[in-house]
Amino acid sequence: MSTLSEQILGAAEGEYVDRKVNKAFAHDGTGVLALEAWRNMGGDRLGKETGYHIQFDHIAPANNSTTATLQHELRDFAKRSSMQFSDIGCGICHQLMAEGAVLPGEIVVGADSHSVTLGAFGAFATGVGATDMAAIWLTGETWFRVPESLGAHLTGKLTGVAEAKDLALAYVGKLGTDGATYRALEFIGEGVRHLSMDERLVLSNLSVEAGAKAGLFYADDVTLRYLKEHGKDATVQEHQDCSYRQELDFDLADIVPLVAIPHRVDTVKPVDAVTGISIDQVFVGTCTNGRYSDLARFARLVRGRKVAVRTIVVPASAAVLEKAIRTGVLADIIGSGCTIGTPGCGPCLGYHMGVLGDGEVCLSTANRNFKNRMGVGGEIYLGSVATAAASALAGEIASPEAG
Amino acid sequence: MQGKGMAVCLPADIDTDLVIAGRYLRTKDRSVWAAHVFEDLDPVLAPRLKGAVIVAGKNFGCGSSREQAVHALREAGVVAVIAPSFARIFFRNAINIGLPLIELDLSCDDGCPVAFDLSDGWVDAGGKRYTVRPLSSRMQAILGAGGLVEYWRAHR
Repeated sequence: MSTLSEQILGAAEGEYVDRKVNKAFAHDGTGVLALEAWRNMGGDRLGKETGYHIQFDHIAPANNSTTATLQHELRDFAKRSSMQFSDIGCGICHQLMAEGAVLPGEIVVGADSHSVTLGAFGAFATGVGATDMAAIWLTGETWFRVPESLGAHLTGKLTGVAEAKDLALAYVGKLGTDGATYRALEFIGEGVRHLSMDERLVLSNLSVEAGAKAGLFYADDVTLRYLKEHGKDATVQEHQDCSYRQELDFDLADIVPLVAIPHRVDTVKPVDAVTGISIDQVFVGTCTNGRYSDLARFARLVRGRKVAVRTIVVPASAAVLEKAIRTGVLADIIGSGCTIGTPGCGPCLGYHMGVLGDGEVCLSTANRNFKNRMGVGGEIYLGSVATAAASALAGEIASPEAG
Repeated sequence: MQGKGMAVCLPADIDTDLVIAGRYLRTKDRSVWAAHVFEDLDPVLAPRLKGAVIVAGKNFGCGSSREQAVHALREAGVVAVIAPSFARIFFRNAINIGLPLIELDLSCDDGCPVAFDLSDGWVDAGGKRYTVRPLSSRMQAILGAGGLVEYWRAHR
């Protein structure tokens, strides 16, 4: 009997395999180096392969002439190749791949560490560097060592103000930043069926913060319904009786709002333990928490009130932005005094659109709070959308309100 | 593959943002990365890396997939990195760029000589020889070729 990683990769844990990649993507950050490596390998033109994507999300639009020139070269290449190209404003690579591109059972490789996000669909999705991506463009395949797996057994339902983000921070806190290194994390148990696709994407997204090679859910009715809405058909995946290297148990009813304090994702505390810390900025967005359900939740919590600090909301994709406009969510966000950024990664990596100054503090819904990441001397607290809303209204870290 | 250098000690959980900060990524000029390597960890570390074998704590290279972190180390003159464990994307990147990594929990003595042989699987440090698990045959082939670019230039 096999884990989901073993089923998809078709070999037992510990074995080395070469596999065709079903979907491969790179962004404006990693794509530049991938293109250079691909040319140095002798690549000249891409054939008619399907499933290759380039998305401009990291510095979108370009912040200066140097970036613009590098992006121009990659854009020019992407447009002349058989790749699917998504220019600035289309959204974050992981979100675009989650809007109907990735299917259960596929092997998905992205030149970005958060490519593990797509494991939420029951795909084997993992991140690589630029040179590995170049070799995939060259050959259509790559090598894997089939990972051992950890089983995260979920029971019960999230209650009150707790979000999937709080559960994600809870498991990273429990495992530590290397607790799942070289391994795959499988989310199993009856608690899974209560989690929407957006919530599963959050849980898969954070798996790399525990070092995981992949973070997978088995495709079920929730997955199929979501994919149907995006025009795709799929079949459910059956969990086989398999053995995990380690098992973790989470009762979702026990999850409370958490924050990761600077500068590590695994230094996790209850929000209640850090309330009152003064903040300079709130950021809602990213491949973790920039989806429509996140924006709608945030809007519901700030509607009719005014935020007390500068608050930047960045939709994860153009589709998210469009829906937020159509449903009035955006008007509520703007009405409360927040501002909106171009769909993409926003200030998460400290390039643009909300870089922190020395000594400034940000409450962010992103997934990394490494030293200086959002700006030299800036400090990042990671939390849920509801914690972000409460903190934005209070001007200090605050516990989310019920509702 | 053999090599040697002087030990430079680093702590555990060094993320790739600390190896090379995001604000320096948007260039193809590798000398920029070498000039700013570890700037946010220790601004005076870079000049000490020429001919160095980094001996670090666990989970070296965690976080972002940025390959510039490996280029920065190599351009700065790092010969190899020894740590009890590495983040997996960094591990692949290092082999792909031709930077030897060795999984070993070695107590670090700053400035002391360290020698290694990846094919035979040993590290010499502080007058002792440590046996290490050799790299997989695929990784040895990539590293032996000088990196993945050179590997595919030779194998197509």
